[in-house]
Amino acid sequence: MIHTEHLIKDFGAFRAVDDINLDIGKGEIFGFLGANGAGKTTAIRMIIGLVLPTSGQIIVDGLDISKGSEKVKHKIGYMSQKFSLYPDLKAIENLEFYAGIYQIPFRQALKNIQPIIEQFGLQDILKNRTEDLPMGYKQRLSLVAALVHDPPLVFLDEPTSGVDPQARREFWQVINDLAYAGKSVIVSTHFMDEAEYCHRVIIMQDGREVALGNPAELKAAHSSATMQELFLKVLGEDNAKPE
Amino acid sequence: MPNLNRIKAIAEKEVFHILRDSRTLTIIFIMPLLQLIIFGYAMNMEIRQVPLVVDDSALNSSSQALIDAFIHTDYFRLVPKDEGILNPGELFKERRAQATLSIPQGFGKDSFTVLLKIDASDPNSAQMIQNYANGIVNNRFAIAGAGITLQPLILYNPDLKSSFFFVPGLIALILVMICALLTSISISREKEMGTMEQILVSPVSATEILLGKVLPYIFLGLMDALLILGVGMLLFQVPFRGEFIVFLGFTFLYVLTSLCLGLLVSTVAKTQQGAMMMALGMTLLPTLLLSGYMFPISSMPVILQKITYIIPARYYLQIIRGIMLKGNSVRHLYQSGLSLLIMSVTMLIIASRRFKLRLS
Repeated sequence: MIHTEHLIKDFGAFRAVDDINLDIGKGEIFGFLGANGAGKTTAIRMIIGLVLPTSGQIIVDGLDISKGSEKVKHKIGYMSQKFSLYPDLKAIENLEFYAGIYQIPFRQALKNIQPIIEQFGLQDILKNRTEDLPMGYKQRLSLVAALVHDPPLVFLDEPTSGVDPQARREFWQVINDLAYAGKSVIVSTHFMDEAEYCHRVIIMQDGREVALGNPAELKAAHSSATMQELFLKVLGEDNAKPE
Repeated sequence: MPNLNRIKAIAEKEVFHILRDSRTLTIIFIMPLLQLIIFGYAMNMEIRQVPLVVDDSALNSSSQALIDAFIHTDYFRLVPKDEGILNPGELFKERRAQATLSIPQGFGKDSFTVLLKIDASDPNSAQMIQNYANGIVNNRFAIAGAGITLQPLILYNPDLKSSFFFVPGLIALILVMICALLTSISISREKEMGTMEQILVSPVSATEILLGKVLPYIFLGLMDALLILGVGMLLFQVPFRGEFIVFLGFTFLYVLTSLCLGLLVSTVAKTQQGAMMMALGMTLLPTLLLSGYMFPISSMPVILQKITYIIPARYYLQIIRGIMLKGNSVRHLYQSGLSLLIMSVTMLIIASRRFKLRLS
C-alpha cells in the first residue's frame, strides 16, 4: 500500500528525515518509534503529502503522492499530533464538516463510524461543544473524524499522548479492529510498550532508521526482554558507530 | 473545477464559527457603528460658533446691521469686548477669540471697509472663517453694477454639508476594512490552530477553501453596508437619491473585492495578529488618503494618481457618492463596477495560486 524509496527531508541545513525506505502492506499496523525530534512526524507528513520531500519517492496505493491528486487524498485518514478539531463546533458538527469535505453523505459517514463511536462511548457527547470535552474524549473524537470517509490508510501521529492508560487500551483495540478490517494503520508513538501491538516497527533516531522489523523478532535479535531494553540497545549501538 | 459540495461544507462550518464567536460579531456589527459615530462627528469640516470679538467704533445702524449679520448665523458667536483698545494678538493667545472684527468710525457713510483679523494657527479653519465672513458681507452688502457678477448654483449638496461628503466615504472605508479583516483572520486562525493541516490532507483544493471562506462573508458584508447606510442616514440626514437595487449590486462587487483582498493577505500572514496588522495597513490609510475620500485625486502628484487605480475604494467612492447624492444609475457606474470585478477576480486567482496546499 505504501512504498517509499530513499526518502529525505532537509529543513535548511538540518536533515529531519534521512534515507527512509519502507514497504507497508494492507492490514498492517506499522509503528514509527523514536524520541521527540527523531523525524517520525516529518516522515508521516511526507507520506500523506503535507510536506514535500527534498528527494526520494513515495508511492501510495500505486499513485505518486507528490502529484497531489485528489484520488490519493480520499484514501488517507489522518489524525495530527496537535489536536485539530474546531473547538467552537459541536462534536457532531466537526464530523459533519469532515464528511462534507470528503463528499460523503453524512448518513453514510455515520454508518462508517457508528461502531467506533459506540466502542469509544461517544454517543452521549456528540451534541457537546468540542472545547468542553475532556482531553481523552477529544482524542477519541479526532480518531473518529479521521475515519468518516472510511479510508484504507489511517495515519495516527502520537494518538495516545496525554491520554490515560484505560483510553490507550481502547485506542489500541480500535486500531487492531481497523487492521483486522483490512486497513493499514500507521502509528507514531514514544510509548515503548505500545510498540508490542504493532506488526512491524521502525525505530528512528536523528532522521535515520536504526531498526526495522517485527517487535518480537527485533527483541530476539538484540536479546532484549522488553521493547524498552531493545530501544535503548539499538540507540546505544547506533551512537557507538563511528560517524 | 471547484466542487460545490465541498465549498458548501466549508461555508457552512464558517457560519457556525461566525455565529458562535462573539469577537467576529463584534467586528462585524459594533466596530462599524463606533467608527461611523466617531468619524462622522469628529471629522467635521464645517466650522460653527467661532468666537468673535467686535470693536465697533461707528456705533450706527449700518455697523449694527453688519454685526447682526455675523451673529445671526450659526458660524459666529459674539464674545464681549474688554474695555480699552482691541488687542487681537492677546485674545488669540488666550484662545478667547478666533477672529476679531474692527469697524471704523464713519462706517456706512464715507467708508465701507472693515478689518477682519483671523487666528490662522489652524490654516484650514482660518480659510473657512474668511470664506464665511466674505459670504456674509457680500450677501448683505453686495454692490450691484461692479462689472462681472458670478452667480454660483451648487448642485447635489447646496448647503455644503460635510456629512454628505463623509457618510458615503465612511461606508467605503469601513466596508473595506471590515471585509479584509474578516477573511484574513478567518484563514490565519486556522493556520494558527492547526485545523488547516487537517483540511490540507483532504481532497479540498485551494480555490474551494477560499470560495467557501468568502461566501458567508459576502452576506455579512452586505448586511454591514446596509447597517452603516441606515445609521448614517438616520444620524446625519444624508439623502439617498438613487435606486436601492443599484446600490446593492455595486456594493456586492465592492464587498467581494474587499474580501478577496483579505484572502490575499492571508496567503502571506502566518498568524492572526499579522493578518490583522496587514489587513488594516493595506486598507485604512490608503483608503483615507488615496481613494479621493479626503483629498481630490486630481490634485495629487502624477505618481500617486497612478497608485490610486489599485485602491478599490477609489471606484466605490464614485459609485456610492453617485448613487446617494446624484441618483446615478447603472449607465453612469458600470465602468467603476467593472474595475472592481476585475480586481476581485485577479486577487482571487493570485490568492489561490499563492495558497499553499502543503505545510512550510
